[in-house]
Amino acid sequence: MPLIELEGVAKDFVVHRSAGLLRRDRITVQAVQDLTFSVERGTILGYIGPNGAGKSTTVKMLTGILVPTAGRVSVGGLVPWDERIALARRIGVMFGQRVQLWWDLPLVDSLELLRHMYRVPADRYRHTLASLREALELDPFMRTPVRQLSLGQRIRGELAAAMLHDPEILFLDEPTIGLDVVAKQRVREFLIRANRERGVTVMLTTHDLADIERLCSRILIIDHGRLIYDGDVNALKERYGTERVLVVDLEEPQGPLEVEGGRVIKVEGPRQWIAFERARTNAAQLAAAVATRANLRDLTVEEPEIDDVVRRIYLETRP
Amino acid sequence: MAELRESLSLYRLLIAARVRAQLQYRTSFAIETVAAFLVSFLDFVAILVIFSNVPQLGTWSVAQVALLYALATLSFAFTDLVIGHLDGFPALIRDGNFDLMLVRPKGTLFQVITGDFQLRRLGRVAQALLVLGYALNTLAIDWTPDRALVLALTVPSGVLIYGSVWVAVICIAFWTVEGREAANAFTYGGAFLAQYPMNIFDRWLRRFLGYFVPMAFIAYFPALHVLGKTDPLGLPAVLQVASPVVALAAAVVASTVWRFAVRHYQSAGG
Repeated sequence: MPLIELEGVAKDFVVHRSAGLLRRDRITVQAVQDLTFSVERGTILGYIGPNGAGKSTTVKMLTGILVPTAGRVSVGGLVPWDERIALARRIGVMFGQRVQLWWDLPLVDSLELLRHMYRVPADRYRHTLASLREALELDPFMRTPVRQLSLGQRIRGELAAAMLHDPEILFLDEPTIGLDVVAKQRVREFLIRANRERGVTVMLTTHDLADIERLCSRILIIDHGRLIYDGDVNALKERYGTERVLVVDLEEPQGPLEVEGGRVIKVEGPRQWIAFERARTNAAQLAAAVATRANLRDLTVEEPEIDDVVRRIYLETRP
Repeated sequence: MAELRESLSLYRLLIAARVRAQLQYRTSFAIETVAAFLVSFLDFVAILVIFSNVPQLGTWSVAQVALLYALATLSFAFTDLVIGHLDGFPALIRDGNFDLMLVRPKGTLFQVITGDFQLRRLGRVAQALLVLGYALNTLAIDWTPDRALVLALTVPSGVLIYGSVWVAVICIAFWTVEGREAANAFTYGGAFLAQYPMNIFDRWLRRFLGYFVPMAFIAYFPALHVLGKTDPLGLPAVLQVASPVVALAAAVVASTVWRFAVRHYQSAGG
């Protein structure tokens, strides 16, 4: 039986907009419509889509924060909003943009309080904490008040807090947002380990394509509240995410370069944007080709933005 | 029962952690506590000013009003100590941080209540105790077991009534982000009115304080009983010992309103 199941789930919000001095109009906004999917135990699921697509709304319905307007939801056999407390003991939740730890307290105190709140037995707590301290490298700041932590340290602390009670499922809303490359990599490695060693099922929302490539065995793409893609990452990349862009800065401005396997899509003074298919060539070959035709000063490779990928899928799936 | 014991011990741990954090800044804590003491003392000075002009306030002497004032203020001060941070609840809703409480294995009201604890609010408690000492010392109360019992139950009932009103009105925040002002009118406004004898107010205000927001049960009715005073309003004597029952009823209403409101929580953002 799947661990997470949604069937025909919809969520409407009623918002009030002022219309004139005293009148207010009631407007119904459909955040999510007719959402049906299920997730097997052990999956790392990427849940992606542009801002306002309904990602957070879905996660909130799965974690018992919001009650759907229609449809059926089951998480670990529980109805989230009806059995909120029983569910809370079995899931870990982290919102990258919210602080769940106690702001004024040292990290270790926050973890200790959560241990009591989640009724984690003392010996299991010691054991779990020891492995989290090692995996997340918490030791240098265990006794620092949370308000003094850097974002990267705080996110590691938040992850420890979410994992303390050994949850079966981890829901992560933008876990790597605002982190530098090293910190992002650390978070990803931790999630992969948690999935492999403890069998934790992970569902994460993200805007970072690298998160998805390195982590997710399956992705769902949602746009305007509807599911528009369900599949594995490789298939997605083959279909949509194969085009990369090499940005080159030349010594002096010149007309669009003609290079094998590349296509200039934009020229701005000495800077040119060259799109290429990853299957046909690579950035190094392309750069070498450019260097034979002009004096190269600098270059960067742009990964496709997830929003671009989503837009392309959206254009294709639109009736 | 085990559930309750666990909640209490968790409450103690959460509050102890807060207090530890606050005591790291001892000077600031001392200044704030003294300030709270002095500011709240001004309320009582206002009453003394009134009495410097009139010998009686609606059949109440200065020491009798002091008792009334002390009971009302003590109830309010304890409530403020425990849940005064509910003032910030509309912001918690607006910023979407209430979400975090819904994903933890504890009641939401419990988590909101344990969300903060400002030790400096003890200043007001100290002030109220001082006035209570003065009143009990000055008044020649004819102590009987029932009067002692009524007095002993007055403050716990008062805390429950204030707390219930506070929780019930703060639920406005689930529907409108402008809830704070409306809520303050009930809580702080009610707390101010409860310090005075009910019979000096206009009839509609009395009805409002008596029935809708049960502030009259916080100090006015129990004080009448303890003082052996006839009610200037001539209301049934049973009301004078009804505070604990009213308090429990208020708590039931408040928790029902809370549950209803949480169910309609819309969260913030997409």
